[in-house]
Amino acid sequence: MLGAEVVIECLKEEEVDIVFGYPGGAVLTLYDALFKTKFPHILTRHEQGAVHAADGYARATGKTGVCFATSGPGGTNLVTGIATAYMDSIPLVAITGQVGVPLIGKDSFQEADICGITTPITKHNYLVKKIQDLPRVMKEAFYIARTGRPGPVVIDISKDVFNDTLDFEYPSDVSLRGYRTSSSGDSTKVDLVVQSLEKAARPVIFVGGGVNISGTSEEVRKLIHMTGIPVMSSLMGLGCIPSDVPEHLGMVGMHGTYAANMATIDCDLLMGIGVRFDDRVTSLVKNFAPKATIIHFDIDPAEVNKNVRADLKVIGDLRWALPLLCEKIAERRLEKGQWAKSEWIDLVQDWKKEKPLASSLPPEGIRPQTVIERVSDLTQGDAIIVTDVGQHQMWTAQTYNFNKQRSFLTSGGLGTMGYGLPAAIGAQITLPKKTVVLFTGDGSIMMNCQELATVADNELPLKIIVMNNQVLGMVNQWQRMFYGQRYSHSSTKGCTDFVKLAEAMGVAGLRVRKPEELNMILEKALQMEGPVLVDVLLPETEDVLPMVPPGGRLDQMVLRGGI
Amino acid sequence: MKYTLAVLVENRPGVLTHISGLISRRAFNIESIAAGPTEETDTTRITIGVEVEDEFELEQVVNQLSKLINVIKIANLTYVDSIQRELALIKVRANKANRSDLVDIVEIFRAKIVDVNRETLVIELSGEEAKIDALCEVLMDFGIIELVRTGRIAISRGPVPAKEMY
Repeated sequence: MLGAEVVIECLKEEEVDIVFGYPGGAVLTLYDALFKTKFPHILTRHEQGAVHAADGYARATGKTGVCFATSGPGGTNLVTGIATAYMDSIPLVAITGQVGVPLIGKDSFQEADICGITTPITKHNYLVKKIQDLPRVMKEAFYIARTGRPGPVVIDISKDVFNDTLDFEYPSDVSLRGYRTSSSGDSTKVDLVVQSLEKAARPVIFVGGGVNISGTSEEVRKLIHMTGIPVMSSLMGLGCIPSDVPEHLGMVGMHGTYAANMATIDCDLLMGIGVRFDDRVTSLVKNFAPKATIIHFDIDPAEVNKNVRADLKVIGDLRWALPLLCEKIAERRLEKGQWAKSEWIDLVQDWKKEKPLASSLPPEGIRPQTVIERVSDLTQGDAIIVTDVGQHQMWTAQTYNFNKQRSFLTSGGLGTMGYGLPAAIGAQITLPKKTVVLFTGDGSIMMNCQELATVADNELPLKIIVMNNQVLGMVNQWQRMFYGQRYSHSSTKGCTDFVKLAEAMGVAGLRVRKPEELNMILEKALQMEGPVLVDVLLPETEDVLPMVPPGGRLDQMVLRGGI
Repeated sequence: MKYTLAVLVENRPGVLTHISGLISRRAFNIESIAAGPTEETDTTRITIGVEVEDEFELEQVVNQLSKLINVIKIANLTYVDSIQRELALIKVRANKANRSDLVDIVEIFRAKIVDVNRETLVIELSGEEAKIDALCEVLMDFGIIELVRTGRIAISRGPVPAKEMY
């Protein structure tokens, strides 16, 4: 069997149902094998589109996303997407072609050292120069990508390997001496957690992306339901807990809610579950939860004590830890509400009522928050919501009523503009019946707008909403707040006609100019069968608030009207 | 605080790249690194000398290195009764007049002269880093032309090998 066919057979063994990619010289034999085997493949218009699409596919389903690219520029175009997946722990296998074995290291045409380039942004990577190694490497790559803390794996395969032949046999096991995945951990630590919880008067639970990844949102909901402890979420944790659960305080951090940020400063116990205490959450670490005993649940031992020192750590898979925690809490036979002082619960609820999220714009105009609220109402929180990066991303995180895990796809760690459209493509392809809505900005959409062509090619019924304020909103906001209103190169000048752009690519385009058009056009767009882009014209000066200025403490938020 | 870690890794291409890449990316303060084959043909042992602020930073170094797929085992030899050695080769200026002084120094340090010619000597010394530092300091008066050091390697006393340490 040809090496290229071996790759396809391995994909079948791993139950991969689709690949995203872009052909080129070093992968021609691989693409020939795709043609012959009719293996499902989506041609994007840029390799970056392929890798983000594979990422969106993985986030929406929990399965491992796969993308192909050729050597040299094909591989380097994947880099941003690989780094995006790495920061958010997304299982991904990226297969790149490499020049022929004798040409490696000779600065050959379209040669780049992809393993060298991707080493800091992959969980692991391989260069395959011998066909005998290929089945083992494929097996290991998928195993590494999806087990433990998931992450991207790159397999760089020399062109010669695709053309070589082998009697194919897929290994049944992997043997990796240095790879340990901690599924279960030390259960006595969980006993200590329960003891600490019992002692705490002002506890708060903080959930993150680990809950989405491990699919343990049911356990978290049970935990909240049993204890009544207030809960808050990181950007990556949104969706784990329905927004209408009364204990839910919303997102914490730089653009977190007043209640969540105040609770962090005042709590005497903070239980982080599947979080990594990113600087966008903690602000200055020394001022983060200053009065609290910190408990940290994570599968990755290297996350504990990396940013925030934990007083108690529980290392292991949340699928082991959370059911055990729920069980041990149930054994205590305490009523809901007895796990925290009632004054604390009242105080937190007062914070929630006192300063809810608000908009500074007059209700007569189109407020970006209103656009998201309308979509939230129209989709009943049942859509897959994808965003790009910037103001619209934060407004979506703050405003949309998420109520399902894996329903919010966003580039959290790396903050990759241009992520949204291809990621939405990946999600829509694997969930064709679902409503997939992309909120993007007039800045972000342009970073991968070529993928509108992929949307049209595949007749994907994506709903793309461009929050068009004609500025790079978040940059503009920082310039307004911290750079004396010197708006250096943050205007997109409004010359681009996004409706025409969509139409030119084969996607329907609609525009919302006036507030009274908003409802009707959003409804129309969501009811349309095919893909549609809605260009919503917004006023440029709306800030994402609350905002904790860089270096500030979480309770030193700039609130509405505070500038 | 200085620590010595014995890192056992799979003997595969790219392993050293992964390790050195991680060290630089995470901005760990590495003093020395020495790699070589072991009693098992598929295993390489890397002795890493690391300087960190506190135990938390050391925990990060160990945990992050442990995450690398090809890292099999990390043993912290700092608090284990162990032997630490480094090898140095030193090329020193030497002429007829001062050669015998140099021979005396070499003897005091239990070093060896491994090459002699009309203008220079090459001295070989193995020992703890401090001893090599001391010899180098003395030899500076004669003029060190070239100095090469391996970085320290370490092995525990007693029967338990690093691969079986907790």
